[in-house]
Amino acid sequence: MLSRVADSIYWLNRYVERAENVARFIEVNLNLLLDSPAGVTQQWEPLILTTGDLPLFQQRYGEATADNVMRFLTFDRQYPNSILSCLSAARENARSVREVISSEMWQQLNAFYFMVKEAAEAEATPEWQDFFAEVKMSSHLFAGIMDATMTHSEGWHFGQIGRLLERADKTARILDVKYFILLPSAKDVGTTLDQLQWMALLRSASAYEMYRKRQRHRINPTAVAEFLVLDREFPRSIQFCILQAERSLHLITGTPTGTWSNPAERAVGRLRSELGYLTIDDIIEAGLHEFLDKIQRQLNDIGEKVFSTFVAVNPV
Amino acid sequence: MRFDHYDPEGFYDELFTAKSQPRPEATLLIERFNSFSASEIKRRQQSAQIALMKLGVTFNVYSDGQGTERIMPFDIIPRIVSAQEWKELEQGLKQRIYALNLFLHDIYNEQKILRDSVIPAELIYSATGFLKPCLGLNPPGGIWCHITGTDLVRDRDGRWYVLEDNLRCPSGVSYVLENRRVMKSTFPQLFNTMPIQPVEDYPSHLLETLLNLAPEYLSDPTVVVLSPGIYNSAYFEHSFLAQQMGVQLVEGRDLVVADGYLQMRTTKGLQRVDVIYRRIDDDFIDPQAFRSDSLLGVPGLMEVYRAGRVGLANALGTGVADDKVIYAYVPQIIRYYLGEEPILANVPTYLCWEPQQQSHVLANLDKLVVKAANESGGYGMLIGSQASPAEREAFAEKIKANPRNYIAQPTLCLSRVPTLMEEQIEGCHVDLRPYILYGKNIYVSPGGLTRVALRKGSLVVNSSQGGGSKDTWVVCK
Repeated sequence: MLSRVADSIYWLNRYVERAENVARFIEVNLNLLLDSPAGVTQQWEPLILTTGDLPLFQQRYGEATADNVMRFLTFDRQYPNSILSCLSAARENARSVREVISSEMWQQLNAFYFMVKEAAEAEATPEWQDFFAEVKMSSHLFAGIMDATMTHSEGWHFGQIGRLLERADKTARILDVKYFILLPSAKDVGTTLDQLQWMALLRSASAYEMYRKRQRHRINPTAVAEFLVLDREFPRSIQFCILQAERSLHLITGTPTGTWSNPAERAVGRLRSELGYLTIDDIIEAGLHEFLDKIQRQLNDIGEKVFSTFVAVNPV
Repeated sequence: MRFDHYDPEGFYDELFTAKSQPRPEATLLIERFNSFSASEIKRRQQSAQIALMKLGVTFNVYSDGQGTERIMPFDIIPRIVSAQEWKELEQGLKQRIYALNLFLHDIYNEQKILRDSVIPAELIYSATGFLKPCLGLNPPGGIWCHITGTDLVRDRDGRWYVLEDNLRCPSGVSYVLENRRVMKSTFPQLFNTMPIQPVEDYPSHLLETLLNLAPEYLSDPTVVVLSPGIYNSAYFEHSFLAQQMGVQLVEGRDLVVADGYLQMRTTKGLQRVDVIYRRIDDDFIDPQAFRSDSLLGVPGLMEVYRAGRVGLANALGTGVADDKVIYAYVPQIIRYYLGEEPILANVPTYLCWEPQQQSHVLANLDKLVVKAANESGGYGMLIGSQASPAEREAFAEKIKANPRNYIAQPTLCLSRVPTLMEEQIEGCHVDLRPYILYGKNIYVSPGGLTRVALRKGSLVVNSSQGGGSKDTWVVCK
C-alpha cells in the first residue's frame, strides 16, 4: 500500500474519531450543568484549558461563556480541532483515497460533513444536545460502514490504529476533565453531587451502563477510573484501544505479538504490557492526573513512530 | 412533454430532420419522451443531477479558497448517432490517430516529413509542445499517443469537422461512463427497447492499452495513474479511472527514481512501477528535464523513460501535434504517411504566420474565430462576430506581434440537439469528443462526450465556460 494512502486512511479515521470525542467532551459539561444544583456557577473555561488551546480561544472570543466555548469547539474553522475542522480534514483525506475506500464510506463522510457544515452556517444556534448526539451517531455509522464494506486488510488496519489511538487519548482527556473541573473539595467527596458528576462522565464515554454491568456496585472514583483505563473488554477504555491497535499493527507487519520489528511495535507493545500489569491502586498512588498525562505523551509517541515507520520511509 | 412545438429552425439538428420529423434512429426516443408528462421529465432531470452529485461526479472550482465541487450540468435528452454514421467517423478517427502517431515518431526521429518540406521545419521547432529532450525516443511499438480525445463538430450542412486533436491528457471520459450509468437508471425502458452500443468496457480497454506498454517479460506489471492531486479540476476522473481499472492512484510525491527504476513509496518499502497513465502535463513531469520549479512530477523520470524502464501514456512530446498551426497540416500529414485522402475534414484554417493569410484574417476579423495556438478550455480566443471593435483591434495587435501563435477559422454553425431549458425544449449547440485508445489495435469508444452550450444561442460548450453534457448513443436504427 502506498505510504501516503496509509497515512490518509489513518488520519481520516483519527479525525472522525476526534470530532466524535469533542462532542463527548462538551457533553460531559452539559450533563454536569443540567445536574448541578441551582446557584452553582457554570464552569466552561476549564474545558478549553484541558484542550491546551486557551490562548487561541481567548484571543478569538475573550470570555468563556457556554456559547463561546461550544462555538469554538464545534464550528470554528480557525481552530484546527473543532468538529467542523476535523470533518473537513477527514473529508479531504478521504477524497485523496477515494479509489481505495468503499464508496459507501465516502458518501457517509460526505453526508456527515455537510450536516455539520449546515449547522455551522445556520442562523439559529442548534439544539446542542441533539446536535452532539447526531455527531456521535454519524461517527458510529461511519465506523460501522467501514467495518462492513472495506476489506480488512492493510488499509483498514491503518484506519483502526488511527481511530484507536485517538480514542485512547480522548478517553484519557475526558477522565482528566474530572481532575480539572470536578476535583471536589474534600467536603463533596461521596456526596450526591460527586456521584452525579461521575455518572455524567461515564455517560459521556457511553460507559455508564457497561460500567454498572461490569462493576455490580456503586459508583466510586477509583472504580470508574479503573473501568475507563484498564477494562480489557470495554471498547472505549484505554487498555482495550491499545490492545486492538497493537493487534492491527502486527497484522500489518506479520510480526508475532510479544516481539517487535520496528519502533512503532516496540512503543505500542511496551505501553500495552505496562497497562496489562498495572493496578488501579498503582495508578492512584502515582496520581491519576500525572498518569493520564504520561499516557497522552506515550500515545503521541506511538503516533509519531507509526508515521516514521510506515510513511516517512525513504524521504526525498 | 411534447416535442410537437420543437423546431430545428434551419440548423442541423441531431434528432430531427424538420419540425415533427424525428430522424429514423431517434423515432423511438421521441415517442417515449412524448409519453411522459412535463413534470415527470423535470423530476427525472432533477434526480439525474442529484445522482451525479451523490456519486461525486464533480469538478473542483477553487476560486474562493474553500473549494467547491460542481457537477457538469447534465441534460437527459440524449444525442443519437446512427451506427452507419458512426462507422464512418470511427474509420476517420482511426486513420487520423494512425497518421498522427507516425508523424510524432518521425519528427522525434528521422524527420523525413521536414526534409521533404511537407511542413516547414521552423513551425515544428517553434511549437511549444515540441520537446527537444524527446528527440531520439522510441516508445514501445512506436506508439506515442495512446489516449486521444478528438473534438468533432458538425456544421449547418451536417458535415463533420475535426475541431482539434487532444493528444496530451484529454479529460471527460468519466462523464461518459457516469452519464450513461445515470441514464440507465433514469430510463431503463429505453435501454430495453433501443439497441444502444455499450460504453462500460472503456476501463478494460484502457487497462489493456496500458498493459501493452509494459515490457513483455513482466508477467504482472504494475500500472498506476499519476495525478497532480485533489486540487486538480479533473481529480475525480483520475480517481475514478484508477478505481475502475483497479490500479493505484499516485501523486508525484509517492514516486521516486531509485536503482534506475521508477518506484513508489509503500508501507513496505519501494515498489517498482512499470506503466504510468499520467494526467500531468509534459512540462511538469520531471523537474530535472523540464520545469525545475515543478513539484508535481518525479526528478529523473525522463532518464528512466529514455532507458525504456517505464511506459508512459501518453508519451512525452505529443503536444506538438496539438498546436493549432500544426493541426492545419494534418490533412497533408495523412496524405504523406498513408497515401490516403483524409476521411474527416479539418475546419478550414488560416495561418496568421503566412503574410497573405494574415492580411485576410485582419481584414475579416468580424467574421472569423481567432485562436491562440496552444490554449484550450475556450481561453485565448476571439469570436469576431460577437466582439466589440475595440476587442477586435486589441486582438489584431496581438496577431501582428506574434503571428506564429494565431490561427483563424470561419465561424461554424454547430449542430443542435433538443435540450431541456427552464420550461421548454430548446435547440442547443453541441460538439462531440470521442475517445480513442491505441494499444495493440486502435479502439474507438462508441459515442463519446457530447458537450452542450446551455445558454441560448451560445456556441461555447466548455465546462469551464458553463457548458453541460449529454449522453451520446450510437444506435442501429
